[in-house]
Amino acid sequence: MKDLHPVALDAAGPTLFQGSEWDFEKLRRVYDAIQEIAVGEMGLDTYPNQIEVITSEQMLDAYASIGLPLMYRHWSFGKRFAREEALYRHGLMGLAYEIVINSSPCISYIMEENSMPMQTLVIAHAAFGHNHFFKNNYLFRQWTDAAGILDYLAFARDYIAHAEERYGMEAVERVLDAAHALMDHGVHRYAKPPKLNLEEERHREDERRQFFETHYDDVWRITTTFGEGKRDPDIEAKKHADIRKALRLPEENLLYFIEKRAPRLEPWQRELVRIVRHISQYFYPQKQTKLMNEGCATFVHYTIVNRLHEKGLISDGALLEILHSHTSVVTQPDFDDPRYNGINPYALGFAMMRDIKRICVEPTEEDREWFPDIAGNGDPYGTLRHAWANYRDESFILQYLSPRLMREFRLFKIADREGVETLDVAAIHDGRGYKEVRAALARHYDLARHEPDIQVKDVDLAGDRCLVLSHAVHDGIVLDEQSCNAVLDHVAELWRYGVRLEEIDAVTDKVVKTYEEPARR
Amino acid sequence: MNIIDRRPNPKGKSLANRQRFIERAKDEVKRSLVDALKRRKLGDADGGEKISIPARGIQEPSFQHARRGGNRDYVVPGNKQFVVGDKIERPKGGQGEGRGKAGNSDGGEQDNFEFILSKEEFLDLFFDDLELPELIKTNLKETEATQLTRAGYSIDGTPANLNLRRTMRNSLARRISLSRPSPSQIDAIRRQLEVARAADDFESAGQSQHDLEAAERRAKRYAFIDPLDVRYNRFDRVPKPVTRAVMFCLMDVSGSMTEAMKDLAKRFFLLLHVFLTKRYKHLDIVFIRHTSNAEEVDEDTFFHSRETGGTIVSTALEEMLRIVKDRYPPGQWNIYAAQASDGDNFSEDGERCAQILHNDLLPMSQYFAYIEVGADATLRHGFPSPPTDLWRTYAEIAPAHSNFALRRVAEPSQIFPVFHELFAKRRDKAA
Repeated sequence: MKDLHPVALDAAGPTLFQGSEWDFEKLRRVYDAIQEIAVGEMGLDTYPNQIEVITSEQMLDAYASIGLPLMYRHWSFGKRFAREEALYRHGLMGLAYEIVINSSPCISYIMEENSMPMQTLVIAHAAFGHNHFFKNNYLFRQWTDAAGILDYLAFARDYIAHAEERYGMEAVERVLDAAHALMDHGVHRYAKPPKLNLEEERHREDERRQFFETHYDDVWRITTTFGEGKRDPDIEAKKHADIRKALRLPEENLLYFIEKRAPRLEPWQRELVRIVRHISQYFYPQKQTKLMNEGCATFVHYTIVNRLHEKGLISDGALLEILHSHTSVVTQPDFDDPRYNGINPYALGFAMMRDIKRICVEPTEEDREWFPDIAGNGDPYGTLRHAWANYRDESFILQYLSPRLMREFRLFKIADREGVETLDVAAIHDGRGYKEVRAALARHYDLARHEPDIQVKDVDLAGDRCLVLSHAVHDGIVLDEQSCNAVLDHVAELWRYGVRLEEIDAVTDKVVKTYEEPARR
Repeated sequence: MNIIDRRPNPKGKSLANRQRFIERAKDEVKRSLVDALKRRKLGDADGGEKISIPARGIQEPSFQHARRGGNRDYVVPGNKQFVVGDKIERPKGGQGEGRGKAGNSDGGEQDNFEFILSKEEFLDLFFDDLELPELIKTNLKETEATQLTRAGYSIDGTPANLNLRRTMRNSLARRISLSRPSPSQIDAIRRQLEVARAADDFESAGQSQHDLEAAERRAKRYAFIDPLDVRYNRFDRVPKPVTRAVMFCLMDVSGSMTEAMKDLAKRFFLLLHVFLTKRYKHLDIVFIRHTSNAEEVDEDTFFHSRETGGTIVSTALEEMLRIVKDRYPPGQWNIYAAQASDGDNFSEDGERCAQILHNDLLPMSQYFAYIEVGADATLRHGFPSPPTDLWRTYAEIAPAHSNFALRRVAEPSQIFPVFHELFAKRRDKAA
């Protein structure tokens, strides 16, 4: 550990706290000291902080509602709770030391069981590291509204509770179940969504309901078309193209399409779909920046606690306790280790941040060759802040993963080819392989590749109203049959008419496989 | 920066979600509960029960890539000896390194879902559709209790029952109707006065002075809260019928009962005991055990002491009859009984048992269940053993009484089904 400075025996002045017991006064002192370093030395820019102390049981509760402080009711959260509780009670799983919410003020939950050194770590990690990332990363800025999320969740919870009273729990649950199944496909990936505005939401919803109440007229349901003569195939084709254009097909946000276009949904059902879609959209940036977010927070806490120690503000014992837990978080087992479970985002993220700092401060010849723009620029924190603000995992790796780090992690690429008996080693951490390994690793973090690429391809609004979805098959990887059928069942629940899914090879445009789900009565 | 102590906040925020989850998985949970009972005794259901249910009904599916097939690339750490072009054996079990394994576990491959039920949840599900048959009996007139219920408001009462909202409402109405000036109005006049004085405007100062005095007088005259305003919550005593019931547990502990049989009988009564104490608040339970003579014992002795001797079943029935006459007049009590025995009896005694049951006990009981335990013999030769003495005797009188049920239990796994049969709601009377 290069950054770990030798223990300063002649620490200047008394430390901020002794022993492991924490109290509110100590928390405040430590917070102020951390803030001085974070803002003054590292130049972090955060939302105002709100630190909430909770018990382990409340932590379990928070786990169950996917980390949000308030959430509507649904059995799946109960299921998550039951599982986490069972794991926790059996000692199979330790609880996280903290949960942090991307909101303004930024809420960090810390557990009362943590010792004072751990609280120090957690405050530095969550209240400054994550908080800075939430506030500055372009994805979060673009896709989430930190100031509005808590209000929106409160609205969602009340709305759903209200719908349950009005339409019955079972009916509400059916819609939510179905919408949850499509959550991963309920995000806009490219356009900027309008900001959530609670008042507007409520207002729009009221208006919609009133409109339906005042404009209901049974007569209009009977429509006939006169003069249906011979069909001209060209006109038909043009009509079809027009409809597709009007519907803005193809559409990759399935929940959005269903909310707007599903023929037989009640207004309140559309609102439920909308709520699920908004929440999914809120989490979308987190999924794309897991590595960077954790790397950023880990780097920040690591830097801060070492600085605290250098300044003589925390004791050697406290530092050692913090580093012990730090080390266990950033462990990366090798691929042949039984503990191996993919690449640890904390480990790789943290290593990359430190590596960038190194490149800025003491670059090697190799670094100058690979990173001419930042090598030796002497401004590690400025460089990091720039990276945190403007990249997501995929582009971050592509830009900043250095050959030296690839050697350190001994990364190598394995190719698994259809029909070949063995796995091939395609590239390793050497001169010829760096670029290939880096590009392949970056692709791992590309959600567009990681999650099935599914779009609404067509819908026959004039005919049987069958909804046609397509899955673009890349590299011959098709959908898992069992889960696909289950999801289509849910889609049909919302669409109410037939649903067809075609798996289409992205290169050859051939239909590989087709799933059909009949219409609901 | 704020530091907030959330620890005093209510915990168990997930409780409602948890209940919904259990409700959804109810059938599966119940099935595994029955399995769970085979493994352990109910009586020591102190902690929760860890149960494991098939994940089918509670899946949350999403579109997933298939785990095999296609061309994939993996990047993994920890290369020790490989160079480009090396071939690696495919890992067994198709677990694609890294990516194939990651992701959420709800993809559909997960077979079982494990979690812990609390004792309450466990018992609730366990006794979900059971009840004591025909609990309402003829004589309810003497078995009344009263209960307090809200009954509007009254003008007198104890301070503890003061209804602040009503009181303040009346006070406000009175103050408005009598146009009692509010403190802010008085303040406003006072300010006017000061302004006027400062401006040396004697005319309006005099006017304001006058207004102020008038307002203050008025405020003094009309109280902020008058005794007239005060309201109290009123409570009424409403009579509420209470069903009184007693359950007699009769157990044979004679020498002919093997340890296994006693264990079976005890398990049955434990189940019964937990069921009754959980479901019925006003219920007496009388424990009677017998060898060649019978005695009433307490719960602890009943379940835990060891006793042995000969067998005369009628002694227990007589003891029950005596206790009923002493303490539980059938006119006022619902009487239930469960008897467990291995079926062995002193041969001359059969007649007497039948007589007591037929003439006395059955007519006065709501329900009488007889469980014959430990009929291991049913399995010994592969075909049913001949009925025991007691079974034969009871079987003869059974058709005449719809409230009399006979069942056999040979092994622990049968206890729950039999119990369920005996106490299921909408019991088939013909059985």
